[in-house]
Order: sequence, then C-alpha cells, then structure tokens
Amino acid sequence: MRHAFSESLLHEQSRSEFVFLTGDLGFRALEQLRDALGTRFINAGVAEQNMVSVAAGLSRSGFRPWVYSIAPFIFARPFEQIRNDICLHRLPVVLVGNGGGYGYGVMGSTHHALEDYGVLLTLSGMEVFIPAFDSDLSTLIPLLFESRQPGYLRLGLGEQPRTWSPPQFAPWRKLAAGDGGTLIAVGPLAGALWTPCMAIPEATRPNLWCLSQLPLPVIPDELRRDLARSSRLLIAEEHVAQGSAGQAFAMELLQSRCVPSIIRHVTALGYPSGRYGSQKFHRAECGLDASSLLKFFVGEAPA
Amino acid sequence: MVSVLVQDVELSTKPRTARTIERRLRAKQRLLTMHFDSGVGHIGGNLSCLDILLTVYHDVLTDADQFVLSKGHAAGALYVALWSIGRLSDEDLSQFHKDNTLLCGHPPAQGIDGIPFATGSLGHGPGLSAGLALGMRLAGTNGRVICLTSDGEWNEGSTWESLIFARHQGLKNLTVIVDENGLQGFGTTAEVADLSSLSEKFRAFGLKTLAVDGHDQAALAEALQSPAADGPLMIVAKTIKGCGVSFMENRLEWHYLPMNPEQYDAACREVGDS
Repeated sequence: MRHAFSESLLHEQSRSEFVFLTGDLGFRALEQLRDALGTRFINAGVAEQNMVSVAAGLSRSGFRPWVYSIAPFIFARPFEQIRNDICLHRLPVVLVGNGGGYGYGVMGSTHHALEDYGVLLTLSGMEVFIPAFDSDLSTLIPLLFESRQPGYLRLGLGEQPRTWSPPQFAPWRKLAAGDGGTLIAVGPLAGALWTPCMAIPEATRPNLWCLSQLPLPVIPDELRRDLARSSRLLIAEEHVAQGSAGQAFAMELLQSRCVPSIIRHVTALGYPSGRYGSQKFHRAECGLDASSLLKFFVGEAPA
Repeated sequence: MVSVLVQDVELSTKPRTARTIERRLRAKQRLLTMHFDSGVGHIGGNLSCLDILLTVYHDVLTDADQFVLSKGHAAGALYVALWSIGRLSDEDLSQFHKDNTLLCGHPPAQGIDGIPFATGSLGHGPGLSAGLALGMRLAGTNGRVICLTSDGEWNEGSTWESLIFARHQGLKNLTVIVDENGLQGFGTTAEVADLSSLSEKFRAFGLKTLAVDGHDQAALAEALQSPAADGPLMIVAKTIKGCGVSFMENRLEWHYLPMNPEQYDAACREVGDS
C-alpha cells in the first residue's frame, strides 16, 4: 500500500505547502517522492519526537506536513508531541503509520501497532483513516490535504482480490451482500474477507461492510437495514478491544436501541501463544482469519 | 566556524541604561504583584529569565520573528514582557491564574498574539522552533526564531534530537537561549543530572555558542545580534534564580512557593532598591 501512497502523493507535489518528513524510512518506496519534493522532503533522522514537533512548527508556518514512519514509531514514541504540539493547536498535520496492526509480521511485537487508532482517537480533533485497498489512496490523499484538523493514516497491506474492483473510498462501504447477518471489518481485513465471503451460499453469506474512518462516521441507512434484517453481527478489527471501532459501534447501537441479538467482536489479542510469525499467523491466533470469522454465520455462533 | 565560549561570566545583575533600568523595575514589580495577587509560585524561574525576555521583546524581535518559550513555567515573565511592550494590558494580567482566563500557568494554545504554542512539558520548544525556522526558510522569508529553554530542560532527550536536527539543517535563523540558573525541580542541575558545561556540549556539536550574563540586557542584546555561522546560534545565559530578591536568590523553594504579604512587601522593596 505504501507504493500506492507514494504515487498518490506524487500527484500532489505541485502543492507549494506540501512538506514530507520521514523518520529515516522509505527505502524502495519514497525515493521518487524525495526527488520530486527536493527541499520539501525532510529526512528528520531517527528522532520521532523532534520530527513531530518540527511538523507542528511547519504547520504553524502555513505548510501541510505529512509525517511518516513505521506505525508504532509514529504514534507511541512521540505521543506527547502529538498531543501537545499538534492536537492542542488542532494543526492539520497528517501522521502516516506504515504497517498498522500485525502488518510487520514476524519482525516482532515492537513493530506492531495494535493500539494505534484507539490511543490517537483520545486526542482532540484527531481523525483516523484506515484504507482497505491500494486504490483508496488516490481518493483519500486529496481529502487529507483539504482537512483542517490532525489526521492519522494507517497503512496496511492492500488485500484486494484480483478478480474484483472495490468501490471508491468512503468511510463505510458495502462489499458483499447476503442473508446470513452482518460482518463489519476495519480496513484491509475487509479485503481479505471478500473472496471467502463470496464463496459461501448467499443464505449464510454475511453482508460485508468495510469501515475506513474514525471517529465512527454516521451509520448508513443501508447498514441499519442490514442490521435490522438479521440477528447476527460480527465486528472484526486488527486492533485491541480497548478504544476499538467495535466498542464505538456497540455504543452507537445501544444509543439507537438497535441491537442484534447475537454480537461478536473479534480483535487483536496480542501474542496468545507467546510465539511470533507472519501477519496471517497472528490473525489466525486471534481468530481474525476468514475461516474462523465466517463460522459465526454458518450456525456456530459462540455463546 | 567561530566558537566563542566565555568560561566565567561575572553577573552584573544591573542593566546599563536608564531606559533598561526603568523597564526592568516596572516589569519586576509587575511580575511580583501578578504572582502575589494570584497566589502562585514559579516566581524564582520567572525572575531568572525576565531580563532575557525583556531584551528579546524590546530590543530584538521584529514583526517577522517568532519567540517560543520552551520553559513554559516562566509564563508569568512572558506575560509581563508582553505587557511591557504593550501587547497585554493590566486588566489582562489581572486574569493570571483565574478561572475563565487565557493567562494560565503555562502559555495557552491560542488566544494571545505572540504565543505560537502551548508549552509547559519540557523539551518541546527546540523542535517547535526548528519547525518554525525551517518553515521560514522554505517560504523564503527573512524572520528569525528565538527559543528560551531552562537548563534542567536539557535532561530531556528531545532537546538533543532537536539540536541534531537544527544543526544538520543549518538553521541560521534559529537562536536557542538557555536560562542557566543552576536549579531544577528537586535539586541543583549538578546534583540531579550534571551536564556541565552545556556550552562545551553545544560547541562539540560545532555550534557557535556564546556565554553571557543573563541579567545584563546590553550583553544579551549584543549576543542576540551576533550572526551565527551555520546555525543555530546558542546562547547560554548565566542567571540567578529569584534574581533581585535576596531571600529568593538561588533557593529551590522559590520554584514552587507563593509569597505571603510580608515576603511580597520585602521583595518589592528590594527590587525597588536594586
């Protein structure tokens, strides 16, 4: 997804206010952007606290900074700088975290970001974007340039099926229809679920919805109708339960008194076995793989 | 690159001209009154940097420039300096530390012209200032940025990150001043985390570093007008915490304590006599 990210940013290079800061990362992804932006591409070194403060200063000077690193290094290490320097002043700085969730796989737990958007959404004015597909970036990046508030862009691995073109980026998208219930997946996980969903009979296939923006956007009427038509709702996300999209969605359902009778929330659980592996390995350990998730809709609903 | 390091700075504690004497007296009395009226502490660190702030605002800053108070606990001195140049009124200062105020104990995020950032958690100012300075350079404007830090603040790793960055970027339009009063939260800087000498450390980064008497406004003004080679310019201002009030000078407790009426009267007398 970061190649699509870089290509989309290249289209914005003529914006004179555009500056890009990286925490010494971008090998085989950001070289073209670096060459195109010249002095407006700043390798701030391995110093994320300073990088975020510098971005705030640049924003105060009228520039539109994008600040890039591996996801945990951009949200956790400089958290106070994000809070104080960016969010207290509601500055439109875009933080870009590459490899959200278990995206860095067997590189290990220090490189995973399982708490990123939950933590960042506690901050004043922060908006979070979790694109699901590479093609989302070309729509999303111009939108972020127009935003007047802080943003966090969580990049993952685009998991778009080869035989299918997803709908254009939107906060909520319906990716598949069926009569088996409702499945809401956050970000790229939705793409990974499309093919397995389409392989099961329509009678048990869930309506597959993709959520790509937080705080929780207004729930579309069609999603409300899907919820009303079925008794089963499954929310899946590569993020811990605390501060998750699922918790926010459950609160929304409670407030609107529209609560399906069987709800399950499947989240990142950390490292249940104490072992490490690929993103696929960690998803499976948490029950975030397609096989585990779709059992919910074929008569094996958990207690 | 020229590096200037004055090892032993004699502290005059007296400004040199009638004009600076008058503005210094008015500002110190106003600072004491504001802190006494609101019943808050931090007066020691405010008195240590008041001469620096008066010099910056009266003698150095232009409309194109920016100032960042990284040692946000000296907000009182900043507000009084802004009052001294006419940007804040007596009525404004009377709201210091009150409910529904903009003049909180550390600089606010918005609402006061000339305060670009909320500060107070130490170690943020140098990076913010580097961002402003880089922005000026990218925009092709001629302004400069002056950042005031405390000395204990250099315990924070982020300050060194920012110094590396500013040095690497060659930010000649950035000046960082250290209010070196030798006291920090729970002891002297030598006792807590000895960084002496900061001047030598800055010089080891290849930065032009000036050591001045932080209560000599003429010397401060001269240092602040000194051109940097590759930037940023570093000024280590040797100061006295609680400067001008004998029972506060170099005393840790005046980082925290409010004045009682007797102490306030005595402080005002001493300042008036100085």
